[in-house]
Amino acid sequence: MLEVQNITIGYGVCEVVKDISFTLRSGEILAIVGANGAGKTTLLKSLNSTLPLMKGLILLDEKPLGNYSRREIARKITVIAQENETKFPIKVLDFILSGRFAHGGNFGWETEKDLRIALNSLEICDLKSYENRMMNQLSGGERQRVILARALATEANILLLDEPTTNLDLAHQALMFRLVKERCKGCESSAIIITHDLNLASEFADEILLLKCGQMIAKGTPEQVLTIENLQEIFDIGVLLDRHPASGKPRITMDFEKFKV
Amino acid sequence: MNTAKKIIKNPSASLKLFFSLIFLLILTLLLATYFGSEKLSFFDLSESDKAILFDIRLPRILLGASVGASLALAGASLQSLLRNPLAEPYLLGVSNGAALGTMLAFVFFAQFEFARPVMAFAGASLATFVVYQMAKSRAGMSVERLVLSGVIVTTLLSSIIVLLTSLLDAAKLRSFTFWLLGDLSQSTWNGFYLSFGAVVIGTVVLLMNARALNLMMIGERDAFDFGVEVNKTRLAVFATSSLLVGTAVAASGSVGYVGLIIPHIVRLAIGSDNRLVIPFSAIAGAIFVVSADTVARVAIAPRELPVGAITALIGAPMFIYLLRRS
Repeated sequence: MLEVQNITIGYGVCEVVKDISFTLRSGEILAIVGANGAGKTTLLKSLNSTLPLMKGLILLDEKPLGNYSRREIARKITVIAQENETKFPIKVLDFILSGRFAHGGNFGWETEKDLRIALNSLEICDLKSYENRMMNQLSGGERQRVILARALATEANILLLDEPTTNLDLAHQALMFRLVKERCKGCESSAIIITHDLNLASEFADEILLLKCGQMIAKGTPEQVLTIENLQEIFDIGVLLDRHPASGKPRITMDFEKFKV
Repeated sequence: MNTAKKIIKNPSASLKLFFSLIFLLILTLLLATYFGSEKLSFFDLSESDKAILFDIRLPRILLGASVGASLALAGASLQSLLRNPLAEPYLLGVSNGAALGTMLAFVFFAQFEFARPVMAFAGASLATFVVYQMAKSRAGMSVERLVLSGVIVTTLLSSIIVLLTSLLDAAKLRSFTFWLLGDLSQSTWNGFYLSFGAVVIGTVVLLMNARALNLMMIGERDAFDFGVEVNKTRLAVFATSSLLVGTAVAASGSVGYVGLIIPHIVRLAIGSDNRLVIPFSAIAGAIFVVSADTVARVAIAPRELPVGAITALIGAPMFIYLLRRS
């Protein structure tokens, strides 16, 4: 469980995210939605203490985040961020195994268990028999799935996803969606996901947090948060709101007529 | 789990390769002992032969091995840490920092033998720090930015070194010019002991950080997210590489490009896992410098070449090749 209490984060003296509080219970999926530059990634970075807090407190399983070592945090919280680049050729399997670092010592090799978990997470991410491929020879979508597989291999029960579906085709978006959802149902995990895809957030998340200029505008279920007024305020464009024919969740469509004006 | 068996890193295969490399090192050391401007027979040593062997040739060969290991270790670890296959102590100005430290110690504290390695270590650390600060930017550290920072620091330090050499008399000047290019002809047992001590400490510290370096190689942010204490690892690697380069340069001057050539070849042969790259680089670096120094001793005997000239002749074209590829 992750409790965020009145946190303010910034670079230097400039406050980027101001006075935000929420609680992420196990099994829950929270989506963070907002315009570019609203502070979504900054907020996410502070949740595994990549960025220091200016004010406020984050409790991880009832203990302040600052009391944990790097390894302890990495065993509990994992990150699926956008693209990374490496100048050295690295095998997919070695990349996945780097996710097991926090479970091993400083020295020594990965165990059979590490290897089994790594191969399993490759398989569930539809990357079977990719283990000996080189990372730099994969497509953007394949790399993104490898990054997901590495995060799953950590066995951490809080997943932080920063726009995880940008490079994925429809089928693999659905796969990622299903995998994270399964993980959250199955083993008491929870997830926070940053996305620009409002419909994905609506379908995917139990709760949505709307962020504007570093401040929380609204928080609640998709039905409560995804209203025409809220969306107009955040994105400054007209939208059409109806229900998804299958799930009944709010569905957002851009209103291009209003957009022109 | 058949696939797991097939792809698991096979330690016995790497171990076999490692022992063959050690065997090759011993062979190189023996051959280097045999060759020289005075050919020595391994049996029936005369008194003067013994003096050549124990006072001149052995310390030189062993120091060469130790210097080669130091520079290759420093290169391999800096490359992984900075995610840059072109990072090399000589090209980053770290060797020149150590050289300046050594010269300052020589000019001002000539009576203390151990002032030289200490000042060399300080110079190497300072140069490392300055280059890192210059290369770092908010957008991360590009290959080009790091190399350019290295060039700036190198040329600045070179000009200070040239200013200092003008304070020396003509007799010392020639030996200094040789030493600056990398020269093992002044080897002493003390120099070897110190350098070898640094290699032992350096290998242990780097192996302790090898797994963390594997993650740093992927990306600093990634490494942090997955449990690496990035600042601690960076400090350990910078301090270790400065110690290795400092002791190597204090004993033998700036032997260039070893840290570039050796880790590159090792990675081509066994992949980029630092738990293997680090020990393999140490042994391969030792073999390389001892061989290069043997060529330097024998090529135009009884006169000698500076060993740094030989390593640079091989290394510079390789640098161009790596730069074009990256």
